[in-house]
Amino acid sequence: MNIVRSILVRRETGIAVMIVLLCLAVGLYKPQFLTLNQLRVILLLVPLIMIVAMGQMLVLVARHVDLSVGSMLGLSAMLAGMMFRDMPYIPWPVGFVVAIGAGALLGLLNGALVTVFKLPAIIVTLGTLNLYRGLTFIVSDARQVDRQFVPSALKSMSQTSPIFGIPWIIFMALGIVLLAWWFTRHTIVGRQIFALGSNPSAAELRGVKVNQITLLVFTISGALSGLAGIMYASRWGFVNPSNTGAGFEFQVIAAVVIGGVSINGGVGTVPGVMLGVLLLGCVAAALPLLGIPGTAQGAIYGAIILVALLIDRSVRQQGIASLKMVRA
Amino acid sequence: MSTTGAPTTPAAAMHEAAPARPVWHVALVRPETMTLVLLIVAIIVASYLSPYFLDIGYILRSFTLSAEFALVALVLTMVIIAGEIDLSPASNMALSACLFAWAQASGIPMPIAIAIGLLAGLAMGALNAFMVIALQLPSIIVTIGTLTLYRGLAQIIAGDKSIRVPDWFIGIDKVMVLGIPVPVVIFIVAALVLGLILAGTIFGRQIYQIGTNEVAARYAGIRTRRIKLTLFLLIGLVSAVAGMMTASRLGSVRYDLGLGGELQMVLMAMLGGTYIFGGRGTILGTFLAAWLLVVVSTGMTVANLLPAIQLTVLGVLLIVAIIATNFIYSRTQR
Amino acid sequence: MLKKSLIALATGLALSTAAFAQDKIDIVFIGKNTGNPYFDSLTKGFVEACEKIACNFEFVAPATAEATSQIPFIEAQIQRGVDVIAISPNSPDALNQVFDAARAKGIIVMTVNGDITGNESHRDLTILPTDFTKVGADQVEMVGSLIGYDGEIAILSATTEAPDQNFWIKGMSEAIKDPKYAKMKLVATVYGDDQPEKSTTEMEALLSNYPDLKGVIAPTTVGVAAAAQVVQSRGIADKVKVTGLGLPSEMRDFVKDGTVEAFQLWSPYNEGWLAAHLAVDLKAGKAKNEVGSTFEVPNLGTITINEGNSINTQSSLTTFNAENIDQFDF
Repeated sequence: MNIVRSILVRRETGIAVMIVLLCLAVGLYKPQFLTLNQLRVILLLVPLIMIVAMGQMLVLVARHVDLSVGSMLGLSAMLAGMMFRDMPYIPWPVGFVVAIGAGALLGLLNGALVTVFKLPAIIVTLGTLNLYRGLTFIVSDARQVDRQFVPSALKSMSQTSPIFGIPWIIFMALGIVLLAWWFTRHTIVGRQIFALGSNPSAAELRGVKVNQITLLVFTISGALSGLAGIMYASRWGFVNPSNTGAGFEFQVIAAVVIGGVSINGGVGTVPGVMLGVLLLGCVAAALPLLGIPGTAQGAIYGAIILVALLIDRSVRQQGIASLKMVRA
Repeated sequence: MSTTGAPTTPAAAMHEAAPARPVWHVALVRPETMTLVLLIVAIIVASYLSPYFLDIGYILRSFTLSAEFALVALVLTMVIIAGEIDLSPASNMALSACLFAWAQASGIPMPIAIAIGLLAGLAMGALNAFMVIALQLPSIIVTIGTLTLYRGLAQIIAGDKSIRVPDWFIGIDKVMVLGIPVPVVIFIVAALVLGLILAGTIFGRQIYQIGTNEVAARYAGIRTRRIKLTLFLLIGLVSAVAGMMTASRLGSVRYDLGLGGELQMVLMAMLGGTYIFGGRGTILGTFLAAWLLVVVSTGMTVANLLPAIQLTVLGVLLIVAIIATNFIYSRTQR
Repeated sequence: MLKKSLIALATGLALSTAAFAQDKIDIVFIGKNTGNPYFDSLTKGFVEACEKIACNFEFVAPATAEATSQIPFIEAQIQRGVDVIAISPNSPDALNQVFDAARAKGIIVMTVNGDITGNESHRDLTILPTDFTKVGADQVEMVGSLIGYDGEIAILSATTEAPDQNFWIKGMSEAIKDPKYAKMKLVATVYGDDQPEKSTTEMEALLSNYPDLKGVIAPTTVGVAAAAQVVQSRGIADKVKVTGLGLPSEMRDFVKDGTVEAFQLWSPYNEGWLAAHLAVDLKAGKAKNEVGSTFEVPNLGTITINEGNSINTQSSLTTFNAENIDQFDF
């Protein structure tokens, strides 16, 4: 246990060092990268990914994967947005309840399909990725919720707050990170997720309720995607049936894998994922500053995923050979 | 269509354990039967939705739009039976087609440009194989990574513009053999050949054995690594061929060629009754499922239904197909 | 030879049916993708025109705007036997083959709101929103008037190869050579790929890289909204002026709170309105698809078919600002 822990500690230090080196290297070339303004840009770039990544981490630790996060984000944002547009008399904070509730339900459906029918999560969520996106088009009649309908109080959450003018959504992301850290380190259920992920059959024998835990991680992932959905409406000021959340799953999985969460389950830490998200944020903010065209971004993300996989393998050489696919 | 690719090998032990099931039971309670029934239902519903649907020429023309994905899905079926998966073929199609188009546009003679495209496809298959077989990484995540990487590289090569191909190269889908467009002919021939290989050769049997129990297969003297390598190289090569068929059909190549095709390919394999955990599935099933998908999407398009409904139907189909497949296998091959 | 006679037969049939029966003609408009607010207004133009004149109208669009996603939809319309396909093409060349197939069946193919630049021979005509040769100059004048004709300006565009965008950008760099703009300097052109996230990071990078920036032109509806949002969020609306081509529905808030003083666009509604009228007139033989010929459209007056069978819906851009923005409902 001690050895594993020290390796994990090294892993996080590794990402932190990479972030510092990257920032210094970019800063040497473009000094304006190391300014407070730029920090603000990076911090405003990551909250949505950060929140969804925390849920994805739990799902991966439990040996599953959730590809439908982007579509859950889109559908819950759309439901909240349509409420703002069509029922302006309802106080806007109810939008949070709607989005988080909708996300949780969608996540629960994922979890139910996985546990009841004993289906692989990768295929289930590949299916619901399309299903939920399709539903978003259907409920919205393929129409965007325009900027003028999103409450300004909600939009200003992405712009400022009484505390040093740091936008609220940054604090919300931080709050979710702290909550996730506490949940994974200091609750019995949180530890059981890790037990389940490291060895499902042993965990079951030791009294871990496998099905309930599986339902729980998918529901959390859905609820956090819903929260990210309403924050999308806050950050960008509109909800679009086709763009909102599209392709989000790749960014999230990349960040989580970089953060040291093993795709074979059982391994992962909240600080690691947080750093992984920040690293991606730094890369995303540095590319345009350096004048690297957006066309290179896809290749860079793909390369980062593969490199993270290689690092993951060299760190945990044993134990992987026995697991090929994410089996239920 | 007597491709009886039944995975009888794993069930061979059943002969001692349980009485043989009646023939009608063997024939009817199979995923392929489900696919066939769905196909017939889909044709009836589509004809009901739109009077313009039931026209064999139109259905064949529409099939050419998916023929490239269907072709790759045949090989993907074999990969999944062997217990692995490959989500990168659609990106592979884009990158090999971009390399090919870029090569011929910069003055390299056509045969060499084609060779470059095919070699690129092989190389991409080899990279996947290396990560999965030599480094023992899970293919699902490796190929999610290469899916992003290959398309990203295509985007770097081609940028945002499209590259033209020469006029004589354009229009493979307009060439007819016995009234059938060439891409459809290629698909049917490939299905026959791969179906025979999978069902009727030792190599085919070994694929099923690897997917059923890789460790046991290795102890039984099957060269599991070599066979998996062959499959990854094959799917790489076929993806490159599919990429060039697409280039010929469209007349130009852009980095977003075949975007999102991996979903359709996986869908075809799953709808055809291929078991996601490996060891079970047939080429016949995927063959039928390809037609099913084309009928479903064409029927909805010609009826001018919202594309959103198509997304929803595809998502539901995928989940229903896999639930049904699991159910059928758990009933018949315990 | 056989093919040619078939085409002749098909067109002949199409013509004769149009001549004999004063039936309603079938028009379908294929948008870039569903959920794109731009096309709501354009579609409305078609719908309201077909309530008055002899046409049936349907709108379809693929779920995503990638190059090939429109092909099955065009094939389906050919199979349905519509009379006119109006389309905002997602690709300047990937649709050539299927356009040819449609025209061989006697269907009129008109590109609306954007053309297949370089492959014009594969469509019958194009309806553009405005005179594209003037867009660049108009936009430079707009930003110049906002910054007092003095200071650094930058362009935030869509994708690097978008033909219309590049045409306008070229127009801008030509226009800025005018002595009137001698004190203005175009320092950078960046591309946000028409995604809000990327447009935002590109805009932030612009502000970091060029601290003296005075104005930004974003000739894309996604880009101009993203740029305005960055300026609003940083609270620098008095320092950096954002303008460009935007949808009133997306820009209304920014104009009302003073983030954006003025921006421009045309009327997507009129494009649809014009396309429907022209389609009916062409099928009825009242208008001829020849360069230089003219026809009448209610509310829009006399329209001329220009070089390359292209039609401009309006001659110059409409400017939106705090005074007039509430008069537009799109």
